[in-house]
Amino acid sequence: MDLHIVWFVLWGVLWAVYFMLDGFVLGAGMLHRVLGKTDIDRRVVINSFGPVWDGNEVWLITAGGATFAAFPTTYALMFSYLYTPLLLLLFGLIVRGVSFEFRSKEESAAWRGCWDWAIVLSSFVPALLFGVAFGNIFSGLPMDQAGYHGSLVALLNPYGIVSGLLFVMLFLEHGALYVAVKSTGELSRRAESLARTLWIPLLVVAVAFLGYTNFATKLYDNYLKTPVLLVAPIVAVAALIGVRVLLGKGNTLSAFTASCVTILGVVGTGVIGLFPNLIPSSLDTLYSLTIYNSSSSEYTLRIMTAVAFMFVPVVILYKIWVYRIFRGRVTAEGVAADHEAY
Amino acid sequence: MDVLTLSRLQFAITSMFHFIFVPLTLGLSVLVAMMETRYVLSGNEMYKRMAKFWGKLFLINFALGVVTGITMEFQFGMNWAEYSRYVGDIFGAPLAIEATVAFFMESVFIGVWAFGWDKVGRRFHAVSIWLVALATNLSGLWILLANGWMQHPVGYVLRNGRAEMVDFMALITNPFGLLKFGHQIVSGYTVAGFFVMGISAYHLLKARNREFFKASFGMAAVFALAASIMVAVIGDFHAADVAKTQPAKFAAMEAVWNSCSNAPMHLIAFPDEKNECNLVSALPVPGLLSFLAFHDTNAQIRGITSFPKDERPPVLPVFLSFRLMVGLGTLFILLSAAGLFLSRNGLLEKYPLFLKLLVLCIPLPYIANQLGWLVSEVGRQPWIVYGIMKTSDAVSKSLELSQVIGSLLGFTLLYGLLGFVDIYLLAKFARKGPEETHVGATNAFRN
Repeated sequence: MDLHIVWFVLWGVLWAVYFMLDGFVLGAGMLHRVLGKTDIDRRVVINSFGPVWDGNEVWLITAGGATFAAFPTTYALMFSYLYTPLLLLLFGLIVRGVSFEFRSKEESAAWRGCWDWAIVLSSFVPALLFGVAFGNIFSGLPMDQAGYHGSLVALLNPYGIVSGLLFVMLFLEHGALYVAVKSTGELSRRAESLARTLWIPLLVVAVAFLGYTNFATKLYDNYLKTPVLLVAPIVAVAALIGVRVLLGKGNTLSAFTASCVTILGVVGTGVIGLFPNLIPSSLDTLYSLTIYNSSSSEYTLRIMTAVAFMFVPVVILYKIWVYRIFRGRVTAEGVAADHEAY
Repeated sequence: MDVLTLSRLQFAITSMFHFIFVPLTLGLSVLVAMMETRYVLSGNEMYKRMAKFWGKLFLINFALGVVTGITMEFQFGMNWAEYSRYVGDIFGAPLAIEATVAFFMESVFIGVWAFGWDKVGRRFHAVSIWLVALATNLSGLWILLANGWMQHPVGYVLRNGRAEMVDFMALITNPFGLLKFGHQIVSGYTVAGFFVMGISAYHLLKARNREFFKASFGMAAVFALAASIMVAVIGDFHAADVAKTQPAKFAAMEAVWNSCSNAPMHLIAFPDEKNECNLVSALPVPGLLSFLAFHDTNAQIRGITSFPKDERPPVLPVFLSFRLMVGLGTLFILLSAAGLFLSRNGLLEKYPLFLKLLVLCIPLPYIANQLGWLVSEVGRQPWIVYGIMKTSDAVSKSLELSQVIGSLLGFTLLYGLLGFVDIYLLAKFARKGPEETHVGATNAFRN
């Protein structure tokens, strides 16, 4: 078994699961002021992901750690080349985490309003920047033997922006559906109807992204070579349509599940298209970072594979167990009565 | 200022800031778990209230510890790309393992603990805080194994233009990392012990919730005394290991300029870096330094001047940090022993001056922890990986000065603001008694 390929798959899976899980937190975070007309409604939204957001974010840390351990050269160059966007993303994640914790620790409306806007902004910025970063990775970074020739402005190219918008829209839809599933009454209905409204711009951006990808990247080459891989984009598109169909039937839980599949499919589509690159060079393929020229030694990959196969299943099991503990809807009464709630 | 200097400054600021929150997390998770266990075993509601009150402070502190930790992972790639590329084969592994086996557990079960009071059974709930405590300490283990490798690289070969791992077992049994882990963990427990003693002392002075805070104080005093003794014992082993593995750091810690056998320890000393000697050195205890380092009064100690000039750490900050840390460590043993004695004999409230002193002492273990890291990290300079790679070769090549200036300003502002808010909230909830923390359905918006 080629361990490089195993780690490429794991790398893709870690990112995909991260976006599926943190995607609804980012989306709900962006929307909590729109959806929550009153303070208690906003607290319901925040508490709907309260017990799980921290564990969801760890998928990002693990994706980062896995890149470091399995593909250290990619880790080093990706993080230093994308310095400024990653810094802004980091600030977003820092502010978001403390905002959840700090928001309800004071009564004052000004205090809470402040942290509310911090939550909105710190959810939007990472969502957008993840999209911009991945768009640029899909289309390749300007790097050769002398290093990197790009800049922050260059990252904000039209394709990067479309990709950023796609991530924002995906997460908004995902977040609205999550709130619809996890809350009750008027708040849930409002979230459901917002999910219906958001679906149309999401579709438009998704179509634009798929079309633009053909011109801006070489992602489709792998699919032309091995058509069976097309299953990933087909699943993504089918699930996206499924979201709307299921919403039409009023089945929000299934629609949310379909939205999960959409995100997994979108990330899968991008990652499969990249193979065997982790970051293609837009100047010359000779300087692309691939799973072979940027990886750890065989020995390290073996150790890390053993660790991953031993512990990731355990993590998944207890995560599922925790989601079961906190299943069911969050109500205004429940949040008001629970002095441990956010 | 260049990219290197600013990156170093940024790493120092962000890691020291991260490290304001980590030690308390390490220790308080264990203390809260012990309190909750007492509740489960005895059914005494006071211990449940204790777990909730101290747990609230734990959570406020925990939030900043977690978010500032992400910065550490990102920074290796962002500012230290050459380092990451050169040693990633071996250094990346413990970080990835930390995320997989420790950080997941910690973050998932803290959610269960904070939100699960009415959702899971009593026992399960207590188990979840134990899992958080275990995971937090396990996190520390992996991080310190990673750091231990930078201090004392083992189990690698230089091949294909980088350091490659050849012996994973050597990495995870690296004595340097394990000793450092032991020393750090109990230092974290000391922070938590003094934190709980200090806040309890504050409430006892106000004569509020006396039973509650006497019980808290009693538990914390035992914890702090045991921890601070362990700090000294493991610290002694750790320093002896440093003398063997990092002689330049050891020489700087003790301001030994010239190599000598039967080296004395000067109780009073002050180094003069320019003239490569000590400005003051008085009250020598013959052979003590040799004995502490090698458990042999005649052992040879290498002096700073025996190292080439470009391989010497800055002596003064390392020396002062070390002295101050050891002094504080001794003080902690005395204070916690006194605290334990008074609390066991029900005399605490008879000595308000002692209680006041303990309130003032809350920051001291934090300072001792920071000083320890200064000794460790500044003492390793100019190496980023001891003997293999210099810090100056480790910095990212693609960075522009403006980027690092921007990030440094951003971190300083953001961390300054968040630190201020966090300490404000910690103080606010620490001042509130347990009753005010425990609000029921009638106080819908209080939290």
